[in-house]
Amino acid sequence: MAKVTIDGKTIEVPDGTTILQAARMIGPDVAPPTMCYYSKLKTSGGYCRTCLVEVTKGSEKDPRPMPKLVASCRTNVMDGMEVGNITSAKVIEARKGVVEFLLLNHPLDCPICDQAGECHLQDLGYEHGSAKTRTDFERRTFEKISLGDKIQLHMTRCILCYRCVKVADQITDGRVHGVMNRGDHSEISTYIENVIDNDFSGNVIDVCPVGALTDKTFRFKSRVWFTKPVNAHRDCEKCSGKVNLWYKGEEVLRVTGRKDQWGEVEEFICNTCRFDKKQTSDWTIEGPTNINRHSVISANHYQVLKKGSEFKLNDIKPIPLIEGEGA
Amino acid sequence: MQLTNRSKVVTKKEMSFMEKLYLPAIVSGLSITIKHLFKKKATLRYPEVTREFAPVYRGMHVLKRDEQGRENCTACGLCAVACPAEAITMDAAERKKGEENLYREEKYAAKYEINMLRCIYCGLCEEACPKDAIYLTDRIVPSEYARDTFVYGKDLLVEKMDDRIDVSKRKKSYHID
Repeated sequence: MAKVTIDGKTIEVPDGTTILQAARMIGPDVAPPTMCYYSKLKTSGGYCRTCLVEVTKGSEKDPRPMPKLVASCRTNVMDGMEVGNITSAKVIEARKGVVEFLLLNHPLDCPICDQAGECHLQDLGYEHGSAKTRTDFERRTFEKISLGDKIQLHMTRCILCYRCVKVADQITDGRVHGVMNRGDHSEISTYIENVIDNDFSGNVIDVCPVGALTDKTFRFKSRVWFTKPVNAHRDCEKCSGKVNLWYKGEEVLRVTGRKDQWGEVEEFICNTCRFDKKQTSDWTIEGPTNINRHSVISANHYQVLKKGSEFKLNDIKPIPLIEGEGA
Repeated sequence: MQLTNRSKVVTKKEMSFMEKLYLPAIVSGLSITIKHLFKKKATLRYPEVTREFAPVYRGMHVLKRDEQGRENCTACGLCAVACPAEAITMDAAERKKGEENLYREEKYAAKYEINMLRCIYCGLCEEACPKDAIYLTDRIVPSEYARDTFVYGKDLLVEKMDDRIDVSKRKKSYHID
């Protein structure tokens, strides 16, 4: 076991845990943002540099700080390690630079993009980015590439996180999709634009942190915040069948996997569930999905407030008075 | 019993000789009336003359086109989510080949409706719009007899090519450093 302190909060974790996992165990307040790391995909992480943290004390035995900021998704914890995430000015500055790099070639066509509202890059830019770019160069452009009749690829929006490539490698059998070319020219592609034909290929839509891979059956149908997510399941011989249905009125516009608080799907679902079952009668509805009230998706969705009798005594805390102000 | 201190004792005083004449009071009253004949009028001869609106007046909405006449709106839905009265609804559609001179971007609003009875003219839609598409103008929504005629579609909201609406005074002047 190793004791690690992140932003002043201490937790004991098993050896071999990464800093990122330890931070997520403490809670969302100290967890660094991630764009490429995906806990359900092996060997993911290490590309985007969004999760950089400062290690101010290496370990109990060797208390020297690490000389540079480290990627928390790839660095294991040591006993007695002290890590600064949002409390470190260096990290805040570095993350601002990372966001600027990620947005160098990003078209910022959020008003058109179907991912807007659940886009990790939007959140990241909002929380850590600066309002202006400093580059004078043209953004790279690509011809629109169609990956079959169900998945749309917008290479302009891609940040090269490799998540979809890992899905193609690990979830689906027979890889037909990868990264072509190198450096600034690299792009996600199928071999000679082959149609992705696999039962689990639709999961690349869920893992994509930006709007590069989107659902063609949902294309321009509605903005995410006009739809209402509900949890539902069905008996499926290929996958767990546990999904989110996104309703607009009576109509199911989209089916996605259920996402946890880190924006990662809990279980990968098959293409039959995702693309072909869009009738309420196909599903057993469990109830509305709990959406964070800070998310735009929860805008204009009304919830019933707790009754007075349902409040526990400990929930109600006295409002602390600010020092120096009169009562 | 005295309830308050505000009661006044009314006295009926005997009028003086000048007051009994009434004429000075009539003259001073008439002089005020005549003075007003030569003052600037407070009213306008509407509808021949109309009063100038304040540049921040918020009236009927307009969906703008750009210089080439293409619609600015991409149906991003930010106006609808900003609307506190939930007056705005829209449906998006993908621009087809050959429609590049109609719509500015690859997505456009196929249907765009504002319920003018719901609208509270707060201007938040204009503030939310990232594409300079919706503006509130100094035009007044005319009165109607039926409720459903107040749901304005794109036919009433999008500005006509031969009747462009000037919103230069309302354009956002701030910029982010």
